[in-house]
Amino acid sequence: MSAGEERRGTFAELSHVQLEKPGLRRAIGSAMDRFVVNRANAFAGADLEAMRRTGEAIRAHTVANLDRYLAQFADAAAARGTKVFFAGDGAEAVDYVRGVIRRHGATRVAKGKSMASEEIGLNHALEADGVDVVETDLGEYIVQIAHEPPSHIIVPAIHKTRDDVADLFNDVHRTHLPADPPELTRFARELLRDRFLAAEVGITGVNFAVADAGAFVVVTNEGNGRMCSTLPKVHVALMGMERIVPSFRELALMLPLLTGSATGQRVTAYLNVVGGPRSADDVDGPEELHVVVLDNGRSKLLGTEYRSVLHCIRCGACQNVCPVYRQVGGHGYGAVYGGPIGAVLTPLLDGFERAGDLPNASSLCAACTDVCPVRIPLHEHLLSLRRDVARERAGAAERSAFRTWSGVWSRAWSYRLAARLGRVGQVMFARGGRIRRAPFPLSRWTSGRDLPPIASRTFRERWKRGGGRPGNGSAGGS
Amino acid sequence: MPPARVALFVTCLVDLLYPEVGEASVALLRHAGADVAFPAGQTCCGQPPFNSGFVDDARRLARGTLRAFEGFDAVVSPSGSCAAMLRVSYPHLFAGEPEEERARDLAGRTYELTEFLVDRLGVGPVEGRWEGRVTYHDACHGLRELGLKGQARALLSGIEGLELVEMARPDQCCGFGGTFSVRLPEVAVAMADDKAAQIEETGAVAVVAGDAGCLMHMAGRLGRGGSEVRTIHVASLLAEAAGLRAGAT
Repeated sequence: MSAGEERRGTFAELSHVQLEKPGLRRAIGSAMDRFVVNRANAFAGADLEAMRRTGEAIRAHTVANLDRYLAQFADAAAARGTKVFFAGDGAEAVDYVRGVIRRHGATRVAKGKSMASEEIGLNHALEADGVDVVETDLGEYIVQIAHEPPSHIIVPAIHKTRDDVADLFNDVHRTHLPADPPELTRFARELLRDRFLAAEVGITGVNFAVADAGAFVVVTNEGNGRMCSTLPKVHVALMGMERIVPSFRELALMLPLLTGSATGQRVTAYLNVVGGPRSADDVDGPEELHVVVLDNGRSKLLGTEYRSVLHCIRCGACQNVCPVYRQVGGHGYGAVYGGPIGAVLTPLLDGFERAGDLPNASSLCAACTDVCPVRIPLHEHLLSLRRDVARERAGAAERSAFRTWSGVWSRAWSYRLAARLGRVGQVMFARGGRIRRAPFPLSRWTSGRDLPPIASRTFRERWKRGGGRPGNGSAGGS
Repeated sequence: MPPARVALFVTCLVDLLYPEVGEASVALLRHAGADVAFPAGQTCCGQPPFNSGFVDDARRLARGTLRAFEGFDAVVSPSGSCAAMLRVSYPHLFAGEPEEERARDLAGRTYELTEFLVDRLGVGPVEGRWEGRVTYHDACHGLRELGLKGQARALLSGIEGLELVEMARPDQCCGFGGTFSVRLPEVAVAMADDKAAQIEETGAVAVVAGDAGCLMHMAGRLGRGGSEVRTIHVASLLAEAAGLRAGAT
């Protein structure tokens, strides 16, 4: 993501900013709750665990044979007249798209949702060239005119309430629209319709490329993907190199897994299958079709313990259940991909120097692993990344703190001694059976929470005193 | 059949902060016919360094745990999180190390308390009396790593006077996460507030859970906010309701 946005701060700093925003947690939480309920309904009656296992097997097989399937895709697509470009990094991808636009002398681009385009900072690059780029997915359009990055993989404006959106539209377009979603949508639809018709180039993402067919599918709920891929005379599609399946057969499972996990839909509203540029007897479609296959750090994960992160189908389900994401939204992470998948993927693609703090942005509750439609062990990856980051970058103070602490606590006698010392030390801080203020590092707890004091007699002291029958009082209460 | 020779892995949090939970655990196990021992060599399972990425330090603590629990039929802990550390994480932690086999052996005989009572000893709903409405928090590691769900609720279901009202999202993390709670205190507190609001919404007098870490976190935030809601470990509630005196057989 070297060509993408620089992180504007650490997770601790950025999440602080998000936590201060009134209404943010409510907006995100209510959307997440809706998705969780919808997901449960979408898979009701289905053997979801069997679907997940098969989904995992399909993704694992495909990624393990990625070179073969990408070559097959490129050959089949070329045979249909599609130009396929393999971009090693974001800069190469951006340059290629710029070149296409320049060659056509295009100045107006209509764009469908594409996280890969966010990853490579495409909009900014094109705007710097004087190209007018408009996002046509409603959520993407909202964050575009708000000059914000998307906050969620599937729902870019998840952090905005209807009032926020109405204020934004009225501010940008000098209108007096009510905070009524249908009304706001109607306004945006009319505005975007003209842009579709005027655009010379359409840019979309790819949900799945189909290797043997040389085709790809774009899933949308608003039909904007189809407008972008059929109306402009040139269509450029961007895909992460792992977003591929062997044949259409696998989509019978992967599509319901995607839509059910993402928004809780059994089927998507629009499924756009793009097989190539317009042929002589086609009534519509682009004259030129380009597919940019983006590596940007992905291939170096092949064969590593993190390879399963390439199984991701970008459904956003891990974001929908993450209790950390729920509080801070995607902008808390300061990365293109937020939530659990982002906390795993970003340090792997961008490096530990830029994003080594993100694996800590999790309580390791494992809700993400439980929900992932292709069973990526996200919380285990977070744990492994913490290990790798600690090896490479841990500060001397933290390293020695853990070494000292584990040394003391690994022997019962020194552990007991530490407990006794703690009991003496806490006398200065404990009041009424609780500690409200404590020195560093415990201050990082007591800043927001009370701390219980060490018991006057620990369990082991009670056990010893009772000769294996600890305590004489009631067993209740804690 | 002779009673199972059970070692209590009390955990450092219960040992130091909530010793009465350890006593209640012993009482419940003995009431169910187990022969309970407390190996004195035990300290901490090693989660703080393990979850922070310091695997060497985690192994240092884990070796002590391997030693302490050698030779028992079962190792039982009133913590889903610490039990999961022994059962799920130790085999990974010692993969390729000389202790790998011992780690696997320990993993195979480690249980969380309610799981052991219900699934191994066949204990049914505990008979007793406890007046009041409670809500149950499913601690993450017990829920997702050990697959616990029904055991604690089943044990609680026989108590007269006890009304269990589920909160909106009982399986949502309370924000403790071990070192997470002090690495990112603001986010952890926001998560605790989210949880506290769900708890308050039920009108419960107490939130019950099977993990001292989560209880400490929820209690710490509820207390700071002046809430009247108590936090109580499921072992304490069961023993109290059943009128089991600590140490009784």
